[in-house]
Amino acid sequence: MSRELRPVPINLRNTKIIPFEFQYFEPESLEEALQLLRTYGSEAKILAGGTDLLVKMKIRAVEPKYVINIKLIRELRYVRADRDSVRIGALTTWRDLEKSDLIREEVPALYDAVKSMGSLQIRNMATVGGNLCNASPAADSAPPLLVHEAKIKLTSIEGTREIPITEFFTGPGMTVMKPYELLHEIIIPKRKGGSSFIKVSRVAMDLAIASAATYVEVEDNTIKDVKIALGSVAPRPIRARKCEAALIGKKVDEGVLREIASLVAGEISPIDDVRGSAWYRREVSKVLVYDSLIKSLERVRR
Amino acid sequence: MIWVVKITFKVNGQPITLDVKPNELLINVLRDKLKLTGTKYVCGIGECGACTVLLDGEPILSCLTLAVDVNGKEVTTIEGISKNDELSEVQEAFMEEGAIQCGYCIPGFIIMSEYLLRINQKPTEEEIKEYLKGNLCRCTGYVNIIRAVKRASESRTTKTG
Repeated sequence: MSRELRPVPINLRNTKIIPFEFQYFEPESLEEALQLLRTYGSEAKILAGGTDLLVKMKIRAVEPKYVINIKLIRELRYVRADRDSVRIGALTTWRDLEKSDLIREEVPALYDAVKSMGSLQIRNMATVGGNLCNASPAADSAPPLLVHEAKIKLTSIEGTREIPITEFFTGPGMTVMKPYELLHEIIIPKRKGGSSFIKVSRVAMDLAIASAATYVEVEDNTIKDVKIALGSVAPRPIRARKCEAALIGKKVDEGVLREIASLVAGEISPIDDVRGSAWYRREVSKVLVYDSLIKSLERVRR
Repeated sequence: MIWVVKITFKVNGQPITLDVKPNELLINVLRDKLKLTGTKYVCGIGECGACTVLLDGEPILSCLTLAVDVNGKEVTTIEGISKNDELSEVQEAFMEEGAIQCGYCIPGFIIMSEYLLRINQKPTEEEIKEYLKGNLCRCTGYVNIIRAVKRASESRTTKTG
């Protein structure tokens, strides 16, 4: 299997400027932003951290007529908890999550993802909402939120709707969001089990070649509930439901876990790309799921 | 149609007022308009850290920040690290440890090292690596750079301690 080596488009088209002009808005309230989205909708892009959008604009992968910078809307930046859930505002940066005891204690898989995600500079800039809206199959926030069964709150001038994150992604770079909607909040139900996230990447701060998150609840040394999610191995971040079903009711035993974790290879549809081959992704997914299960189980026992 | 925005911000303590277009990137305003060429442009996609500056004291990438976005904020570039031509301890340490060859990535490394030592006076080697993992160097390698940060940390703690 030989592949022609050629520069990827990002290197061919990248320059030090954004090579087109656009009209710029800086709403200071949510209402103002929603109004602008209603007016300019499909021709507008929302700017939050900028670490994905501005790269795409530099290489003209997207060329919005209007850019709506929502960073001044402070009411969208928070991590807080009520009795049943943890709520994260869309503008919360990865650095904010890293500093949050609430995330470390209540959503350990997401905390793992934060620790493995990008450089400190990127974590200071990039937002959770942006990571989800960019909808990369490799988005590090997705597998942890999938196993914690998070809901995404979308807001528009017409009102709000909450959708399960399992229905949020529709394909590479695509979500169910309407052009006039804004990702408002991520709602994570509080659960008592353990969770974790693991990824493999070329160097420490790179995008994932493959990633996996798991959530486990155990009773009498038997797996009572389990959720498994993977990134970078399908057109969108996915749950591995067959693998989950096979694990429920099983005794916690390394041999059994390893055998069932390998079933995940049949549930994913990886591709060859610059970061890794489909074959490698399939093989490494089994290991990632197994390792993540072990890590989650350790956290249950604690 | 051309849209221009007036922005006011501080660079290395100095107040600046400028007209910028919304599509102008902070790095180009710093380098081309303000002639602060210490900040370097390399990858332009957020992978190398050479363009790192402090925005309100936190490290960010100036190649992925719109100039309009720093309105009302304070930017610190590598030029703001040394005081009156006197090098900082971190800069001295980089020279003493031979942590510089071509030097192109170094402004980013110095900014990150300054930031690290500001919030953690005695970082471990692991912490140094964690804080510098977003900065790439193609020639010196990282061993001398890590040694330089340790040296700067020691000279700071002996002075203040």
